[in-house]
Amino acid sequence: MKQKSVAIVGAAETTQMGIIPDMSVIELHADAALNAMADCGLKPSDIDGVATAGESPVAVAHHLGITPTYVDGTSVGGCSFMLHVRHAAAAINEGLATTVLITHGESGRSRVGAGRFGPAAASLQGQFEAPYGASGPPSMFTIPVLRYMKELGLTHEQLAMVAVVQREWAGMNPRASFRDPITVEDVLNSRMIAYPFRLLECCLVTDGGGALILTSASRAKDFPTKPVYILGTGESTETPMVSQMEDFTSSKAFRVSGKKAFDEAGISHADVDHLMIYDAFAHLPIYALEDLGFCKRGEAAGFIWEGNTRPGGKLPLNTNGGGLSYMHSGMYGMYALQESVRQLRGTAPAQVPGAKISISHGVGGMFAASGTIIMTNEK
Amino acid sequence: MADYRKPIPQPTPETQPFWDGTKAGELRLQRCDACSNVIFPPRPFCPRCASRSVSWFKATGKGKLWSYVINHRPAPGFEQEAPYAIAVVKLDEGPHMMTNIVDCPQTPEALQLDMAMEVVFQPVSETISLPKFRPAGA
Repeated sequence: MKQKSVAIVGAAETTQMGIIPDMSVIELHADAALNAMADCGLKPSDIDGVATAGESPVAVAHHLGITPTYVDGTSVGGCSFMLHVRHAAAAINEGLATTVLITHGESGRSRVGAGRFGPAAASLQGQFEAPYGASGPPSMFTIPVLRYMKELGLTHEQLAMVAVVQREWAGMNPRASFRDPITVEDVLNSRMIAYPFRLLECCLVTDGGGALILTSASRAKDFPTKPVYILGTGESTETPMVSQMEDFTSSKAFRVSGKKAFDEAGISHADVDHLMIYDAFAHLPIYALEDLGFCKRGEAAGFIWEGNTRPGGKLPLNTNGGGLSYMHSGMYGMYALQESVRQLRGTAPAQVPGAKISISHGVGGMFAASGTIIMTNEK
Repeated sequence: MADYRKPIPQPTPETQPFWDGTKAGELRLQRCDACSNVIFPPRPFCPRCASRSVSWFKATGKGKLWSYVINHRPAPGFEQEAPYAIAVVKLDEGPHMMTNIVDCPQTPEALQLDMAMEVVFQPVSETISLPKFRPAGA
């Protein structure tokens, strides 16, 4: 896409965050959407493009009273919203729509109006993974990690440190679910979930939502909010079955999506002021730091251990506290994007001083898909 | 088997030969007739060269322990076994296969990556036997 041709002008999360037993999935979408429209002074009649995942974009559009000329139901897991941003930018440039609303809502914890988990018995996952007792992401997303530990020397302490550092960021965010400081020892003493992963290395399960509104850069200056321009974008997929990952120490989808985004943006890693990496589990920042090219193979855990990603470090990472401490409704990518927007607007609770370029990198499924969005606040 | 409460695979036309194989005590994979690529999970073509000419063959049933977790939060039907390993074996023919490890303690000490594994077949219904793996020579 053409650099900085499209901007995020509206961005908001649901009014409440965490445990929201009195709102169904569709109302979480609507609450976030209404907040995002209020953020930038738009009404449903001003929106002509709708994108969402999990829920049907038809349902979201109708619920909000929107008649779209552009619809994107791309649903590849928690990074779907990165793909929606990418597709919306292309659609706006191509004239398919002028103003695109992207929504997320998920009753991940309370399960109000939510669907069921689990593959069909005749699907490939149902035939070749489910019979072995995989019980959702904690026992599947984590399967490649022992291989990484053996081949690249990652230690249990280093894995635990990912959660420790993110809790430092969460401590600065009043909306974070967990804010009390933790130590490596606390992490390693927390309940075993799926060896080698303990409770504090696994994401939260909460309720919430978020929404973004995108329009052309030329219109963006007419909005009350500070525009966040789309600088580079990438997406890819690898496999719906974690067991079929080509390399258990690296995500092909991360590598492809990240490179595409960097190439489009025309920036180097040193230009990046702020980074969000979808952290459903503690190993994801380690894989992504390497697959995106911020660290050499096998060096990301040491990079985190040495404090480079913590408050005051040279590469502030997951500054909202991440899926490990802020919130995780199931499809976390929207919250990573929201934090990037806050940082570039200068309104984040744990603001990175002078941040000009931010990256939100998402994963979908269990290393199944990926999306990368590079943003800037400089025209 | 009547009280088996775990998920049971439901074969499709494309995967039926695989499940016929496990029922008969054979681990069957596919090989591309054009480029020799070994294919798993089953499909009627080669994802490397797109040839529709692929043939089933009997695999060695041997491989090595590639990675695993030891799951402490059992899936429905697995309550009696928790904690239990969910493993991936890298077959000698190349493909990865998710499985459970049998005839071996479900501990990090006993489950060493790269240990040699061999397939065994566990009947779970009248028509389905699951391929599982045990340490070779166990």
